[in-house]
Amino acid sequence: MSLVAEVRVQRGVLHVELDVRVADGEVLAVLGPNGAGKSTLLRVLAGLLPPDGGRVTVDGEPWDDVDAGVHLPAHRRRLGMVFQDHLLFPHLSITDNVAFGLRTRGAGRREARAAAAHWLERVELADLGARRPGQLSGGQAQRVALARALAGEPPVLLLDEPLSALDARTRLTVRAELRRHLGEFGGSTVLVTHDPVDAMALADRVVVVEEGRVVQAGPPGEVARRPRTDYVARLVGLALLPGTGEGATVRLDGGGRVAVAEETAGTVFVAVRPESVALWPQRPEGSPRNVWPVRLASATPHGATVRCELAGEVPLLADVTAAAFAEMGLAPGAQLWATVKASEVAVYER
Amino acid sequence: MRKPFRSLAAALAVALLAGCGSDGDGGGAAEGTDGGDGLTGTLTVFAAASLTDVFTELGEQLEADNPDLDVQFNFAGSSALATQITQGAPADVFASANPGQMTVVTDADLADGEPEVFTSNVLEIAVPEGNPADVTGLADFAREELTLAVCAPEVPCGAATEDVFAAAGVTAVPDTLEEDVRAALTKVELGEVDAALVYATDVAAAGGSVEGIAFPEAEDAVNEYPVCVLAEAPNPDAAHAFVELVSSPEGQAALADAGFRTP
Amino acid sequence: MRSRRERSVPAPLLVPAVLAVAFLVLPLVGLLVRTPWSELWPQLTSPGVGEALRLSLVSATLATAVSLVLGVPLAWVLARSRIRGRGVLRALVTVPLVLPPVVGGVALFLVLGRQGIVGRWLDEAFDITIPFTTTAVVIAETFVAMPFLVISVEGALRAADARYEEAAATLGADRWTTFRRVTLPLVAPGIAAGAVLCWARALGEFGATITFAGNFPGTTQTMPLAVYLALQQDPESAIVLSLVLLAVSLATLLLLRGRWLGRAGAAP
Repeated sequence: MSLVAEVRVQRGVLHVELDVRVADGEVLAVLGPNGAGKSTLLRVLAGLLPPDGGRVTVDGEPWDDVDAGVHLPAHRRRLGMVFQDHLLFPHLSITDNVAFGLRTRGAGRREARAAAAHWLERVELADLGARRPGQLSGGQAQRVALARALAGEPPVLLLDEPLSALDARTRLTVRAELRRHLGEFGGSTVLVTHDPVDAMALADRVVVVEEGRVVQAGPPGEVARRPRTDYVARLVGLALLPGTGEGATVRLDGGGRVAVAEETAGTVFVAVRPESVALWPQRPEGSPRNVWPVRLASATPHGATVRCELAGEVPLLADVTAAAFAEMGLAPGAQLWATVKASEVAVYER
Repeated sequence: MRKPFRSLAAALAVALLAGCGSDGDGGGAAEGTDGGDGLTGTLTVFAAASLTDVFTELGEQLEADNPDLDVQFNFAGSSALATQITQGAPADVFASANPGQMTVVTDADLADGEPEVFTSNVLEIAVPEGNPADVTGLADFAREELTLAVCAPEVPCGAATEDVFAAAGVTAVPDTLEEDVRAALTKVELGEVDAALVYATDVAAAGGSVEGIAFPEAEDAVNEYPVCVLAEAPNPDAAHAFVELVSSPEGQAALADAGFRTP
Repeated sequence: MRSRRERSVPAPLLVPAVLAVAFLVLPLVGLLVRTPWSELWPQLTSPGVGEALRLSLVSATLATAVSLVLGVPLAWVLARSRIRGRGVLRALVTVPLVLPPVVGGVALFLVLGRQGIVGRWLDEAFDITIPFTTTAVVIAETFVAMPFLVISVEGALRAADARYEEAAATLGADRWTTFRRVTLPLVAPGIAAGAVLCWARALGEFGATITFAGNFPGTTQTMPLAVYLALQQDPESAIVLSLVLLAVSLATLLLLRGRWLGRAGAAP
């Protein structure tokens, strides 16, 4: 275990009580809505905010130990941090920005610049070293910020919403690049994000944080397949319905029945991915086992698809293509039929 | 409100009795103040700053004698006052601390008649309480080791200062040329200078914290204070009454109390 | 692309702005109109004026330097530190702004005069007397002008994004290194503006200077003192002297704006 932290902070009404462990080479995503305490956790790890309780240990070295009165100030912690809006020093060239941490930690000017040039090469910005941050695009700036954080080869890397300030297209490319660098990074990484896609794509493990507490932890796929709360489900796009298993069907707590592929018993969750839900203007022909009358409560476009919130006996989310949405002439309030194949419904024990 | 007739009569009496250029300054003045009740309106007096205490007292007296009269003062440096008057300030009386600034006003044809010298002032050596540097006379102003203040040559007291040093044959080595007497006196009061040349009236006004040393050469630079009613005076009756009061035995006694001399 | 509409000034702003310009500039026009231009050159070349001008520029520059060395750290303490009683401290350091300068001069006497709390000790222990020296001029000007610098720099520090300082901390910079290498460059335009304000105030300083430093040509007579005294005797030459002071200070500020402020202002 490389990074072990038990963080207790009281910030106004929010009580943060988060325990995280990150192994060497592991990427932990801390996923949660704004105000959940994610950034507070990161600031404590960085030494920017002394915790009210708990401890932070890196490679066995105590960085914080409230009971023992230990608090290592930020500048003495060997870590790299990437901020949402890059925070490159506007008065320094790109090279000097990347060399900054090396200089403060005692490297000579030439040595630091050479190392900075090497890191700029690794983020494929070698020829921009003489520029100022104001002359870079958002994606370039965030790559420089990553190079600056990694240049000191710290044992801990903290990423605070590193992609959320970027536009959608840039986010894809920077995310892919970030993934590559994180794969090469030997230390412990904590990635704070409110975007589940970041967590899914970049992290080895996810902790979902709500109101200062961990509500679920595990590998990203596991969390997506088996969200433990409605919030986690919606976060990862699943409709999460509690019910009771009765063989090949589940009787939902909210009313209605769902046919499932595998037999279950006892209290379960039924998870339906939005892309598994098909919508029909009339009751479809044939005999699908899961068919429910629903009302379109709201519709939100997401790129080429429209996320439809469906109200009815069985509340669901459905993703339909924008073209289909238009073709069906859908509008909120429309009465529809929703079908889901039993094989597409996931069931797991509560 | 008084009857217009009485007011007019009083004004006539004052006009006859007072006025710039009338020879003599005793005699009728006392009658002028006695018969002064009935003055109305506002009287605005522009007076040299050194006259602040005496004139305020005399102004209150005139107000007491004339309940409908409001006396307003503008105390400042004589040159500033002369500038304000030539720029059209609505004043009734101008009392200057030196004839030169009065000339500025008379040259602009702004005086009603000839100005009259009503008092004078002489320089004295002011030393801090206890006279720590043992200053005895004007010759001490040539002592390099002392911290000394005199008025700048550009201001009236500075001109007088140059005159007395010339008369005494002293080559003074001041450390600072002050912009006015008050500033020089402050430095004596604070004990920051060993001696300063200021006016006798300033020493008198400073009270116990400053000691005055008179010296014979002061007679070579007696500073005369002229006063006049202004030609554009909004309230000429009251203006004449005030000038009369200043020259009256009462006025002269008040001036003497403040360290001024009779002319 | 910027439309004409965006460039135009709305009337509710334009009218007061024009009035403000008139209010500020017309007195200057008055000076220019009344200037006896034929006297300009003789006055400029007269030794007394040159001396007073040199003394003014040197002492105002020294006062600004002292204000920078002491005032920028003070501004940092006011803007960034968490010490108790910062509000009181801020109010105290702005006292010279509201204090009549002459009173400020007397107050300096009470501390640094030869009878003053510190001055008495300096006098006895080191035989140093400050009043009536050029040092006293610089001290008086610093006393009056430094608050302008402190207020501007504190404002700039408050406006600056403190997260850059956090970023520097995560890169291993202690607070002093952060101050030198990040904070100071970030607020450089604010410091420059504060220094200009401070310098201008010091250059025009009159009351505290004439009280605490006195007035003696060559050692303590700065241009404002010379102007004031000239006004007592010869208002025309006072106007000329004022114009000289004005011209030199404007030229200096324009030069600085081009070189120093211009560059600092260009940084984002």
